[in-house]
Amino acid sequence: MRKLLTLTDVSVRYGFYEALTDISMNVESGELVVLLGANGAGKSTIFRTISGLNKPLKGRIEWQGKSIGGSSASKLVADGIGHCPEGRKLFPNMNVYENLRMGAYAVRRNKKALSETLEQVYTLFPILEEKKGTAAGSLSGGQQQMLAIGRAMMSRPQLLLFDEPSIGLAPLIVEQVFDVIKEINRNGTTVLLAEQNANAALKIADRGYVIEDGKIVVEGEREELFANDEVRKAYIGA
Amino acid sequence: MSMIKRNRIALIFLLVALMAPLFTDNQYYLYIVTLSFIWTIAVYGMNLIGGYTGQLSLAHAGFFAIGAYSLGLLTVDANVPYWFAFVLACLITTVVGFFVGLIALRTKEHFFAIYTLCVGYIIYLVIYQWDELTGGVRGLIGVPPPSPIGPISFESAESNYYLVLAFLVLVFVFMKFLTESLIGRTYVAIRNSEELAQTIGINTMRQKLVSFVISTFLAGLAGALYASFVRFLGPEISYTMTTFDMLTYLIVGGIGTLYGPLVGTFLIVTITQSLQFMEEYRMLIFGPLLVFLVIFYPRGIVGGIQMWKAKRQFKKRQKMKRTSSTSTHEGGD
Repeated sequence: MRKLLTLTDVSVRYGFYEALTDISMNVESGELVVLLGANGAGKSTIFRTISGLNKPLKGRIEWQGKSIGGSSASKLVADGIGHCPEGRKLFPNMNVYENLRMGAYAVRRNKKALSETLEQVYTLFPILEEKKGTAAGSLSGGQQQMLAIGRAMMSRPQLLLFDEPSIGLAPLIVEQVFDVIKEINRNGTTVLLAEQNANAALKIADRGYVIEDGKIVVEGEREELFANDEVRKAYIGA
Repeated sequence: MSMIKRNRIALIFLLVALMAPLFTDNQYYLYIVTLSFIWTIAVYGMNLIGGYTGQLSLAHAGFFAIGAYSLGLLTVDANVPYWFAFVLACLITTVVGFFVGLIALRTKEHFFAIYTLCVGYIIYLVIYQWDELTGGVRGLIGVPPPSPIGPISFESAESNYYLVLAFLVLVFVFMKFLTESLIGRTYVAIRNSEELAQTIGINTMRQKLVSFVISTFLAGLAGALYASFVRFLGPEISYTMTTFDMLTYLIVGGIGTLYGPLVGTFLIVTITQSLQFMEEYRMLIFGPLLVFLVIFYPRGIVGGIQMWKAKRQFKKRQKMKRTSSTSTHEGGD
């Protein structure tokens, strides 16, 4: 398989606080890779660094073989890295359709692709088509998460970063969200998923990394992580 | 038909504005209303960068003055033909705006407001101190009125009124299309959250710069109109107070709304004039009014009306739901 994204010894600092230390990881084309870690372990920082919101202090980030360590966030979206941020950040005053339309900002000139992707999103989330005129702020938590995912899909990314999509959702909805992520992956989008809910996340993942205090402590295939005692104790609780 | 219906408020405003001079011979009223229209154009610029894009620029009076002084100096000292000078004045303001924005927009939120406040004050100081060019405190006298376009001359108060109104209508239509387009929504997205805007692929720096440049263009346009309407320029138009006057118009009318600048500027300018006899004590009324609005109607008069309409519509829909469900119970049509 083709290497899509590679991080080599990436360190990130907030002021004097070192948030990430020598992170090395990779994602291959077509994979669903999960990033496990507790609150404050550095999952979001990794995502922010990959999508260009934070600059790495040192280390190398390669996207399709090219270094992207200094690229701006907006350019990376156009290059095919989509980001579904933590906490379902939407544009609350815009309606569902307008939010999706904003998601397609990077591909706004390709009208045909735009309507195609919109069709895909509506097929995946019929509720969004039903509620397309409703203000995003008045949707339920689960619907907001669907919209956030749908909006991230609209830029037609090759790699989609999901930052804790299960946070604050009812268990039944969490299951739906993970099913949808699996579905998106099956349709050809590579997925990198940050989660605390290790059990649910590992079920759909191919591979995973465990991060603690800004360092990667364990990595491996799904079965290896499931079998790993420390992972079980810390994240699965069984 | 639906287009007329959808824009009926704007059309009513336009109709009233077009007929207003027919109902009054009072030159003074006409003068005040014309002046309020000129300020409205400038406030539209402030609304675009501050209200829609969420970057509160406090250098606006400075850009207004650059437009005004450019026109004044080009026509009075350099004898440039009026309409050519008019275009140049707008252009000069826009170019200065571009370079200021390039640096100022690297700062965010409060720091942007403070930075632009300083820029505005520097512009004031330059105008005030550069005696040889601007005339300093003495000001600039004898700015010519707009030269005739074909058979239409702009000597009378009425003709000036209609000229300014024409520009205001253009600005309004432009703002309407801009704010309802994807570009307008891009600005709102930046106001919402700059980081989120970046993660969906918006080049926020470039978009903010375009918004800022358009806003300075509108300030320059208003300044140029002001110069040839009032025909005298003093450095005080670039003073910080002028910026805060405009901000007051915007907040009272409704920041981030299409009609806000229109409503706020007209109301405050006319009320200020009719309270002339109270002199500086007017502020005893405006101060509390402003505090009241910011607390209870943060989106001003227009925002308040929009809220009220939305609530009424919601209630209506609820009522309709209830009646339709009872009628099906009764087996009615």
